[in-house]
Amino acid sequence: MGLLAYGDTGWGDELFFATLMTIAVATAAIFIGFLLAAIFASFKLSKIKVLNLIGSFYTTVFRGVPELLVIYLFFFGGSGAIMFVAKIFGYNGYIEINAFITGAVSIGIISGAYSTEVFRGAIQSIHRGQFEASEVLGFKKKIYYYKIIIPQMLRLALPNISNVWQITLKDTSLISVTGLVEIMRQSYIAAGSTRDPLFFYSFAAVLYLFLTFLSMQLFNKLEKNYSKGY
Amino acid sequence: MDLMIESFPRLLNATKLTIELTLLSLFFGIFVGVFFAILRTSKNKIFYHIAYYYSYILRGTPLLVQIFIIYFGLGQVEWIRESFLWIVLKEPYSCAILAFTLNTGAYSSEIFRSAFETINKGILEAAEGLGLNKMHTFFKIKLPIAIKQSLPAYGNEMILMLKGTSLASTVTLLDLTGVAKHIISTTFRPVEVFIVAGGIYLFMTFIIHNFIKYLEKKYNYESTK
Repeated sequence: MGLLAYGDTGWGDELFFATLMTIAVATAAIFIGFLLAAIFASFKLSKIKVLNLIGSFYTTVFRGVPELLVIYLFFFGGSGAIMFVAKIFGYNGYIEINAFITGAVSIGIISGAYSTEVFRGAIQSIHRGQFEASEVLGFKKKIYYYKIIIPQMLRLALPNISNVWQITLKDTSLISVTGLVEIMRQSYIAAGSTRDPLFFYSFAAVLYLFLTFLSMQLFNKLEKNYSKGY
Repeated sequence: MDLMIESFPRLLNATKLTIELTLLSLFFGIFVGVFFAILRTSKNKIFYHIAYYYSYILRGTPLLVQIFIIYFGLGQVEWIRESFLWIVLKEPYSCAILAFTLNTGAYSSEIFRSAFETINKGILEAAEGLGLNKMHTFFKIKLPIAIKQSLPAYGNEMILMLKGTSLASTVTLLDLTGVAKHIISTTFRPVEVFIVAGGIYLFMTFIIHNFIKYLEKKYNYESTK
Protein backbone atom coordinates (compact mmCIF):
# COMPACT_ATOMS: atom_id res chain seq x y z
CA MET A 1 0.00 0.00 0.00
CA GLY A 2 3.06 2.27 0.25
CA LEU A 3 2.68 2.86 -3.47
CA LEU A 4 -0.53 4.75 -2.84
CA ALA A 5 0.83 7.03 -0.10
CA TYR A 6 -0.28 10.65 -0.33
CA GLY A 7 2.65 12.96 -0.96
CA ASP A 8 6.16 12.57 -2.34
CA THR A 9 6.62 8.92 -1.45
CA GLY A 10 3.62 7.44 -3.22
CA TRP A 11 1.19 7.93 -6.05
CA GLY A 12 -1.92 8.60 -3.99
CA ASP A 13 -2.09 12.34 -4.58
CA GLU A 14 -1.22 12.05 -8.28
CA LEU A 15 -3.95 9.47 -8.80
CA PHE A 16 -6.41 11.56 -6.82
CA PHE A 17 -5.86 14.57 -9.07
CA ALA A 18 -5.94 12.32 -12.14
CA THR A 19 -9.36 11.11 -11.04
CA LEU A 20 -10.54 14.69 -10.73
CA MET A 21 -9.20 15.30 -14.24
CA THR A 22 -11.17 12.32 -15.56
CA ILE A 23 -14.33 13.69 -13.96
CA ALA A 24 -13.62 17.17 -15.34
CA VAL A 25 -13.05 15.96 -18.91
CA ALA A 26 -16.09 13.69 -18.83
CA THR A 27 -18.30 16.49 -17.47
CA ALA A 28 -17.05 18.99 -20.05
CA ALA A 29 -17.51 16.39 -22.80
CA ILE A 30 -21.05 15.47 -21.86
CA PHE A 31 -22.13 19.12 -21.79
CA ILE A 32 -20.51 19.78 -25.17
CA GLY A 33 -22.39 16.66 -26.27
CA PHE A 34 -25.71 17.97 -24.93
CA LEU A 35 -25.22 21.22 -26.78
CA LEU A 36 -24.52 19.42 -30.04
CA ALA A 37 -27.37 17.01 -29.37
CA ALA A 38 -29.84 19.86 -28.91
CA ILE A 39 -28.82 21.21 -32.30
CA PHE A 40 -28.64 17.94 -34.20
CA ALA A 41 -31.76 16.44 -32.63
CA SER A 42 -33.71 19.46 -33.83
CA PHE A 43 -32.10 18.96 -37.26
CA LYS A 44 -33.21 15.35 -37.28
CA LEU A 45 -36.75 16.27 -36.30
CA SER A 46 -36.99 19.21 -38.67
CA LYS A 47 -39.14 19.10 -41.79
CA ILE A 48 -36.29 20.36 -43.95
CA LYS A 49 -34.68 17.46 -45.83
CA VAL A 50 -31.17 18.92 -45.90
CA LEU A 51 -31.13 19.35 -42.13
CA ASN A 52 -32.35 15.77 -41.70
CA LEU A 53 -29.45 14.62 -43.81
CA ILE A 54 -26.90 16.65 -41.85
CA GLY A 55 -28.27 15.23 -38.60
CA SER A 56 -28.15 11.65 -39.84
CA PHE A 57 -24.65 12.16 -41.22
CA TYR A 58 -23.41 13.38 -37.84
CA THR A 59 -24.87 10.51 -35.82
CA THR A 60 -23.87 7.85 -38.35
CA VAL A 61 -20.26 8.98 -38.65
CA PHE A 62 -19.53 9.55 -34.99
CA ARG A 63 -21.27 6.42 -33.79
CA GLY A 64 -19.74 4.27 -36.53
CA VAL A 65 -16.11 5.35 -36.42
CA PRO A 66 -13.88 4.23 -33.54
CA GLU A 67 -13.40 6.78 -30.77
CA LEU A 68 -9.65 6.49 -31.01
CA LEU A 69 -9.67 7.53 -34.65
CA VAL A 70 -11.76 10.60 -33.83
CA ILE A 71 -9.32 11.51 -31.07
CA TYR A 72 -6.38 11.20 -33.45
CA LEU A 73 -8.21 13.43 -35.92
CA PHE A 74 -8.56 16.20 -33.35
CA PHE A 75 -5.20 15.62 -31.73
CA PHE A 76 -3.24 15.89 -34.96
CA GLY A 77 -5.67 18.12 -36.82
CA GLY A 78 -7.01 20.40 -34.10
CA SER A 79 -4.27 23.00 -33.98
CA GLY A 80 -3.94 22.90 -37.76
CA ALA A 81 -7.60 23.76 -38.15
CA ILE A 82 -7.41 26.58 -35.62
CA MET A 83 -4.29 28.00 -37.25
CA PHE A 84 -6.00 27.85 -40.61
CA VAL A 85 -8.90 29.88 -39.26
CA ALA A 86 -6.49 32.26 -37.51
CA LYS A 87 -4.64 32.84 -40.78
CA ILE A 88 -7.82 34.06 -42.40
CA PHE A 89 -8.01 36.65 -39.64
CA GLY A 90 -4.40 37.56 -40.24
CA TYR A 91 -2.64 35.73 -37.41
CA ASN A 92 0.33 33.67 -38.57
CA GLY A 93 1.84 32.42 -35.32
CA TYR A 94 1.81 28.89 -34.00
CA ILE A 95 -1.18 27.93 -31.90
CA GLU A 96 -1.29 24.84 -29.79
CA ILE A 97 -4.54 23.67 -28.25
CA ASN A 98 -4.09 22.09 -24.86
CA ALA A 99 -4.83 18.42 -24.33
CA PHE A 100 -7.85 19.10 -22.12
CA ILE A 101 -9.70 20.99 -24.84
CA THR A 102 -8.75 18.44 -27.49
CA GLY A 103 -10.01 15.66 -25.26
CA ALA A 104 -13.20 17.35 -24.15
CA VAL A 105 -14.12 18.37 -27.69
CA SER A 106 -13.38 15.01 -29.33
CA ILE A 107 -15.15 12.97 -26.64
CA GLY A 108 -17.89 15.60 -26.57
CA ILE A 109 -18.56 15.21 -30.29
CA ILE A 110 -18.81 11.42 -29.90
CA SER A 111 -20.97 11.74 -26.80
CA GLY A 112 -23.15 14.23 -28.68
CA ALA A 113 -23.89 11.69 -31.39
CA TYR A 114 -25.29 9.31 -28.78
CA SER A 115 -27.15 12.10 -26.97
CA THR A 116 -28.73 13.22 -30.25
CA GLU A 117 -30.42 9.86 -30.61
CA VAL A 118 -31.52 9.95 -26.98
CA PHE A 119 -33.00 13.45 -27.28
CA ARG A 120 -34.70 12.65 -30.55
CA GLY A 121 -36.23 9.48 -29.15
CA ALA A 122 -37.44 11.29 -26.04
CA ILE A 123 -39.07 14.14 -27.94
CA GLN A 124 -40.74 11.73 -30.32
CA SER A 125 -42.20 9.73 -27.48
CA ILE A 126 -44.00 12.77 -26.08
CA HIS A 127 -47.62 12.63 -27.06
CA ARG A 128 -48.62 14.81 -30.01
CA GLY A 129 -51.51 16.12 -27.98
CA GLN A 130 -49.04 17.95 -25.75
CA PHE A 131 -47.76 19.97 -28.70
CA GLU A 132 -51.26 20.62 -30.01
CA ALA A 133 -52.58 21.64 -26.61
CA SER A 134 -49.69 24.06 -26.08
CA GLU A 135 -50.35 25.62 -29.45
CA VAL A 136 -54.06 25.91 -28.80
CA LEU A 137 -53.34 27.57 -25.47
CA GLY A 138 -51.44 30.19 -27.41
CA PHE A 139 -47.93 29.50 -26.15
CA LYS A 140 -45.07 30.61 -28.35
CA LYS A 141 -42.93 27.76 -29.65
CA LYS A 142 -39.89 28.80 -27.61
CA ILE A 143 -41.86 28.97 -24.41
CA TYR A 144 -43.76 25.73 -24.69
CA TYR A 145 -40.58 23.87 -25.58
CA TYR A 146 -38.83 25.15 -22.46
CA LYS A 147 -41.79 24.93 -20.10
CA ILE A 148 -43.71 21.91 -21.35
CA ILE A 149 -41.86 19.65 -23.76
CA ILE A 150 -38.30 19.66 -22.40
CA PRO A 151 -39.22 19.00 -18.74
CA GLN A 152 -41.24 15.96 -19.82
CA MET A 153 -38.54 14.91 -22.23
CA LEU A 154 -35.88 14.98 -19.52
CA ARG A 155 -37.74 12.44 -17.43
CA LEU A 156 -38.01 10.06 -20.36
CA ALA A 157 -34.43 10.61 -21.46
CA LEU A 158 -32.83 10.24 -18.05
CA PRO A 159 -32.16 6.47 -18.08
CA ASN A 160 -30.55 6.79 -21.52
CA ILE A 161 -28.61 9.89 -20.50
CA SER A 162 -27.23 7.78 -17.68
CA ASN A 163 -26.02 5.26 -20.28
CA VAL A 164 -24.43 7.97 -22.39
CA TRP A 165 -22.67 9.31 -19.30
CA GLN A 166 -21.22 5.86 -18.56
CA ILE A 167 -19.98 5.55 -22.16
CA THR A 168 -18.50 9.05 -22.04
CA LEU A 169 -16.80 8.40 -18.72
CA LYS A 170 -15.17 5.26 -20.07
CA ASP A 171 -14.24 6.93 -23.35
CA THR A 172 -12.17 9.52 -21.50
CA SER A 173 -9.61 6.79 -20.86
CA LEU A 174 -8.73 7.02 -24.56
CA ILE A 175 -7.62 10.63 -24.21
CA SER A 176 -4.58 9.28 -22.40
CA VAL A 177 -3.02 8.77 -25.85
CA THR A 178 -2.80 12.55 -26.21
CA GLY A 179 -0.85 12.88 -22.98
CA LEU A 180 -3.57 14.43 -20.83
CA VAL A 181 -2.89 13.23 -17.28
CA GLU A 182 -6.14 11.52 -16.34
CA ILE A 183 -6.50 8.16 -14.58
CA MET A 184 -5.14 6.05 -17.42
CA ARG A 185 -2.19 8.29 -18.21
CA GLN A 186 -1.26 8.64 -14.55
CA SER A 187 -1.39 4.88 -14.09
CA TYR A 188 0.81 4.48 -17.15
CA ILE A 189 3.36 6.88 -15.69
CA ALA A 190 3.23 5.21 -12.28
CA ALA A 191 3.45 1.74 -13.81
CA GLY A 192 6.46 2.78 -15.84
CA SER A 193 8.41 4.25 -12.97
CA THR A 194 7.63 1.54 -10.40
CA ARG A 195 7.60 -1.40 -12.82
CA ASP A 196 4.36 -2.54 -11.30
CA PRO A 197 1.79 -2.27 -14.10
CA LEU A 198 -0.49 -4.97 -12.69
CA PHE A 199 -1.05 -3.04 -9.48
CA PHE A 200 -1.56 0.36 -11.08
CA TYR A 201 -3.80 -0.74 -13.92
CA SER A 202 -5.91 -2.78 -11.53
CA PHE A 203 -6.14 0.25 -9.30
CA ALA A 204 -7.21 2.30 -12.32
CA ALA A 205 -9.93 -0.29 -12.93
CA VAL A 206 -11.07 0.14 -9.32
CA LEU A 207 -11.18 3.92 -9.72
CA TYR A 208 -13.33 3.62 -12.86
CA LEU A 209 -15.63 1.12 -11.13
CA PHE A 210 -15.95 3.53 -8.23
CA LEU A 211 -16.86 6.37 -10.60
CA THR A 212 -19.41 4.31 -12.52
CA PHE A 213 -20.91 3.04 -9.27
CA LEU A 214 -21.15 6.55 -7.87
CA SER A 215 -22.78 7.95 -10.99
CA MET A 216 -25.28 5.07 -11.03
CA GLN A 217 -26.38 6.02 -7.53
CA LEU A 218 -26.66 9.65 -8.52
CA PHE A 219 -28.73 8.92 -11.60
CA ASN A 220 -31.02 6.59 -9.68
CA LYS A 221 -31.70 9.44 -7.28
CA LEU A 222 -32.34 11.86 -10.12
CA GLU A 223 -34.68 9.42 -11.80
CA LYS A 224 -36.68 9.06 -8.61
CA ASN A 225 -36.79 12.81 -8.25
CA TYR A 226 -37.98 13.39 -11.80
CA SER A 227 -40.67 10.73 -11.72
CA LYS A 228 -42.26 12.05 -8.52
CA GLY A 229 -45.54 12.86 -10.19
CA TYR A 230 -45.89 9.48 -11.86
CA MET B 1 -6.45 13.69 -52.60
CA ASP B 2 -3.16 12.06 -53.59
CA LEU B 3 -2.62 10.97 -50.03
CA MET B 4 -6.08 9.44 -49.91
CA ILE B 5 -5.43 7.33 -52.99
CA GLU B 6 -1.94 6.48 -51.81
CA SER B 7 -2.95 5.41 -48.32
CA PHE B 8 -6.02 3.46 -49.36
CA PRO B 9 -4.25 0.14 -50.19
CA ARG B 10 -2.25 0.29 -46.97
CA LEU B 11 -5.37 0.95 -44.92
CA LEU B 12 -7.28 -1.76 -46.74
CA ASN B 13 -4.48 -4.18 -45.99
CA ALA B 14 -4.70 -3.29 -42.29
CA THR B 15 -8.45 -3.82 -42.39
CA LYS B 16 -7.79 -7.57 -42.63
CA LEU B 17 -6.40 -7.54 -39.11
CA THR B 18 -9.35 -5.48 -37.87
CA ILE B 19 -11.82 -7.94 -39.37
CA GLU B 20 -9.86 -10.88 -38.01
CA LEU B 21 -9.77 -9.44 -34.49
CA THR B 22 -13.48 -8.60 -34.62
CA LEU B 23 -14.62 -11.99 -35.88
CA LEU B 24 -12.43 -14.03 -33.53
CA SER B 25 -13.41 -11.98 -30.48
CA LEU B 26 -17.09 -12.17 -31.35
CA PHE B 27 -16.85 -15.91 -31.96
CA PHE B 28 -15.18 -16.67 -28.62
CA GLY B 29 -17.28 -13.99 -26.95
CA ILE B 30 -20.51 -15.79 -27.80
CA PHE B 31 -19.38 -18.83 -25.80
CA VAL B 32 -18.31 -16.66 -22.88
CA GLY B 33 -21.58 -14.78 -23.10
CA VAL B 34 -23.81 -17.85 -23.20
CA PHE B 35 -21.82 -19.43 -20.37
CA PHE B 36 -22.24 -16.46 -18.05
CA ALA B 37 -25.85 -15.97 -19.11
CA ILE B 38 -26.58 -19.54 -18.00
CA LEU B 39 -24.74 -18.93 -14.71
CA ARG B 40 -26.81 -15.77 -14.22
CA THR B 41 -30.07 -17.69 -14.55
CA SER B 42 -28.88 -20.47 -12.24
CA LYS B 43 -30.50 -20.88 -8.85
CA ASN B 44 -27.15 -21.37 -7.18
CA LYS B 45 -26.27 -18.11 -5.35
CA ILE B 46 -22.51 -18.49 -5.89
CA PHE B 47 -22.81 -19.03 -9.66
CA TYR B 48 -25.22 -16.15 -9.87
CA HIS B 49 -22.85 -13.79 -8.07
CA ILE B 50 -19.83 -14.85 -10.11
CA ALA B 51 -21.70 -14.03 -13.31
CA TYR B 52 -23.11 -10.82 -11.84
CA TYR B 53 -19.76 -9.40 -10.75
CA TYR B 54 -18.04 -10.58 -13.92
CA SER B 55 -20.36 -8.53 -16.07
CA TYR B 56 -20.45 -5.64 -13.58
CA ILE B 57 -16.68 -5.26 -13.51
CA LEU B 58 -16.09 -5.70 -17.23
CA ARG B 59 -18.88 -3.35 -18.17
CA GLY B 60 -17.91 -0.79 -15.54
CA THR B 61 -14.30 -0.32 -16.63
CA PRO B 62 -12.90 0.95 -19.94
CA LEU B 63 -11.70 -1.61 -22.46
CA LEU B 64 -8.34 0.15 -22.51
CA VAL B 65 -7.77 -0.71 -18.83
CA GLN B 66 -8.65 -4.32 -19.51
CA ILE B 67 -6.17 -4.62 -22.37
CA PHE B 68 -3.43 -2.95 -20.34
CA ILE B 69 -4.01 -5.23 -17.35
CA ILE B 70 -3.80 -8.31 -19.56
CA TYR B 71 -0.92 -7.20 -21.77
CA PHE B 72 1.28 -5.18 -19.41
CA GLY B 73 0.02 -6.38 -16.04
CA LEU B 74 -0.17 -10.15 -16.20
CA GLY B 75 3.25 -10.51 -17.78
CA GLN B 76 4.75 -9.22 -14.58
CA VAL B 77 3.54 -12.16 -12.48
CA GLU B 78 6.28 -14.76 -12.10
CA TRP B 79 4.16 -17.91 -12.08
CA ILE B 80 2.18 -16.86 -15.14
CA ARG B 81 5.36 -16.37 -17.10
CA GLU B 82 6.44 -19.88 -16.18
CA SER B 83 3.12 -21.52 -16.96
CA PHE B 84 1.55 -22.43 -20.27
CA LEU B 85 -0.52 -19.22 -20.09
CA TRP B 86 2.58 -17.33 -21.18
CA ILE B 87 2.16 -18.68 -24.71
CA VAL B 88 -1.06 -16.65 -24.92
CA LEU B 89 0.04 -13.64 -22.90
CA LYS B 90 3.40 -12.88 -24.44
CA GLU B 91 1.92 -11.92 -27.82
CA PRO B 92 0.01 -8.64 -28.17
CA TYR B 93 -2.23 -10.32 -30.74
CA SER B 94 -3.56 -13.00 -28.40
CA CYS B 95 -3.71 -10.54 -25.49
CA ALA B 96 -5.92 -8.26 -27.55
CA ILE B 97 -8.21 -11.13 -28.53
CA LEU B 98 -8.39 -12.29 -24.92
CA ALA B 99 -9.32 -8.81 -23.70
CA PHE B 100 -11.90 -8.28 -26.46
CA THR B 101 -13.40 -11.73 -25.85
CA LEU B 102 -13.80 -11.16 -22.12
CA ASN B 103 -15.25 -7.69 -22.77
CA THR B 104 -17.75 -8.64 -25.44
CA GLY B 105 -18.57 -11.76 -23.40
CA ALA B 106 -19.72 -9.55 -20.53
CA TYR B 107 -21.94 -7.40 -22.73
CA SER B 108 -23.35 -10.39 -24.62
CA SER B 109 -24.07 -12.24 -21.39
CA GLU B 110 -26.41 -9.39 -20.45
CA ILE B 111 -28.07 -9.52 -23.87
CA PHE B 112 -28.51 -13.30 -23.77
CA ARG B 113 -29.66 -13.25 -20.16
CA SER B 114 -32.48 -10.85 -20.86
CA ALA B 115 -33.36 -12.92 -23.94
CA PHE B 116 -33.55 -16.09 -21.84
CA GLU B 117 -35.63 -14.32 -19.22
CA THR B 118 -38.23 -13.11 -21.69
CA ILE B 119 -39.00 -16.62 -22.97
CA ASN B 120 -42.64 -17.32 -22.31
CA LYS B 121 -43.09 -19.69 -19.34
CA GLY B 122 -45.86 -21.51 -21.20
CA ILE B 123 -43.41 -22.64 -23.88
CA LEU B 124 -41.13 -24.19 -21.28
CA GLU B 125 -44.05 -25.88 -19.55
CA ALA B 126 -45.21 -27.23 -22.87
CA ALA B 127 -41.72 -28.62 -23.49
CA GLU B 128 -41.75 -30.27 -20.10
CA GLY B 129 -45.24 -31.60 -20.73
CA LEU B 130 -44.07 -33.13 -23.99
CA GLY B 131 -41.38 -34.97 -22.05
CA LEU B 132 -38.32 -33.22 -23.52
CA ASN B 133 -35.27 -33.51 -21.30
CA LYS B 134 -33.23 -30.51 -20.15
CA MET B 135 -30.65 -30.70 -22.94
CA HIS B 136 -33.31 -30.88 -25.60
CA THR B 137 -35.31 -28.04 -24.11
CA PHE B 138 -32.19 -25.89 -24.00
CA PHE B 139 -30.82 -26.55 -27.48
CA LYS B 140 -34.04 -27.00 -29.41
CA ILE B 141 -36.29 -24.47 -27.72
CA LYS B 142 -34.61 -22.00 -25.39
CA LEU B 143 -31.54 -21.26 -27.51
CA PRO B 144 -33.30 -20.61 -30.86
CA ILE B 145 -35.82 -18.31 -29.21
CA ALA B 146 -33.10 -16.52 -27.28
CA ILE B 147 -31.01 -16.02 -30.43
CA LYS B 148 -33.93 -14.46 -32.22
CA GLN B 149 -34.76 -12.23 -29.25
CA SER B 150 -31.22 -10.97 -28.88
CA LEU B 151 -30.50 -10.20 -32.53
CA PRO B 152 -31.06 -6.42 -32.53
CA ALA B 153 -29.06 -5.85 -29.34
CA TYR B 154 -26.36 -8.24 -30.46
CA GLY B 155 -26.02 -6.36 -33.74
CA ASN B 156 -25.19 -3.23 -31.74
CA GLU B 157 -22.66 -5.20 -29.75
CA MET B 158 -21.01 -6.40 -32.98
CA ILE B 159 -20.60 -2.79 -34.11
CA LEU B 160 -19.24 -1.79 -30.68
CA MET B 161 -16.74 -4.65 -30.90
CA LEU B 162 -15.66 -3.59 -34.38
CA LYS B 163 -14.95 -0.13 -32.98
CA GLY B 164 -13.36 -1.65 -29.89
CA THR B 165 -10.72 -3.47 -31.93
CA SER B 166 -9.21 -0.07 -32.66
CA LEU B 167 -7.68 -0.29 -29.18
CA ALA B 168 -5.45 -3.08 -30.46
CA SER B 169 -3.32 -0.27 -31.84
CA THR B 170 -2.39 0.72 -28.27
CA VAL B 171 -0.58 -2.59 -27.79
CA THR B 172 1.54 -2.20 -30.93
CA LEU B 173 -0.77 -4.06 -33.33
CA LEU B 174 -1.14 -2.49 -36.76
CA ASP B 175 -4.87 -2.72 -37.34
CA LEU B 176 -6.82 -0.16 -39.35
CA THR B 177 -6.59 2.49 -36.63
CA GLY B 178 -2.96 1.64 -35.93
CA VAL B 179 -1.93 2.13 -39.55
CA ALA B 180 -4.10 5.24 -39.85
CA LYS B 181 -2.35 6.73 -36.85
CA HIS B 182 1.02 5.84 -38.32
CA ILE B 183 0.21 7.57 -41.61
CA ILE B 184 -1.21 10.60 -39.80
CA SER B 185 1.85 10.98 -37.59
CA THR B 186 4.25 10.80 -40.55
CA THR B 187 2.33 13.03 -42.97
CA PHE B 188 0.50 15.31 -40.50
CA ARG B 189 -2.58 15.26 -42.68
CA PRO B 190 -5.23 13.80 -40.40
CA VAL B 191 -8.32 14.81 -42.34
CA GLU B 192 -7.60 12.81 -45.49
CA VAL B 193 -6.60 9.70 -43.58
CA PHE B 194 -9.60 10.05 -41.29
CA ILE B 195 -11.94 10.17 -44.26
CA VAL B 196 -10.49 7.00 -45.79
CA ALA B 197 -10.13 4.99 -42.57
CA GLY B 198 -13.46 6.25 -41.25
CA GLY B 199 -15.07 5.36 -44.55
CA ILE B 200 -13.79 1.79 -44.29
CA TYR B 201 -15.14 1.51 -40.73
CA LEU B 202 -18.50 2.92 -41.79
CA PHE B 203 -18.67 0.47 -44.66
CA MET B 204 -18.11 -2.41 -42.24
CA THR B 205 -20.76 -1.16 -39.80
CA PHE B 206 -23.10 -0.86 -42.76
CA ILE B 207 -22.49 -4.51 -43.66
CA ILE B 208 -23.05 -5.67 -40.07
CA HIS B 209 -26.21 -3.59 -39.85
CA ASN B 210 -27.67 -5.14 -42.98
CA PHE B 211 -26.54 -8.64 -42.03
CA ILE B 212 -28.45 -8.37 -38.76
CA LYS B 213 -31.49 -6.98 -40.56
CA TYR B 214 -31.39 -9.96 -42.90
CA LEU B 215 -31.14 -12.39 -39.98
CA GLU B 216 -33.99 -10.67 -38.18
CA LYS B 217 -36.20 -11.09 -41.20
CA LYS B 218 -35.16 -14.71 -41.59
CA TYR B 219 -35.93 -15.63 -38.00
CA ASN B 220 -39.07 -13.60 -37.75
CA TYR B 221 -41.41 -16.58 -37.90
CA GLU B 222 -44.32 -14.71 -36.35
CA SER B 223 -45.03 -12.56 -39.39
CA THR B 224 -44.83 -15.46 -41.87
CA LYS B 225 -47.93 -17.15 -40.50
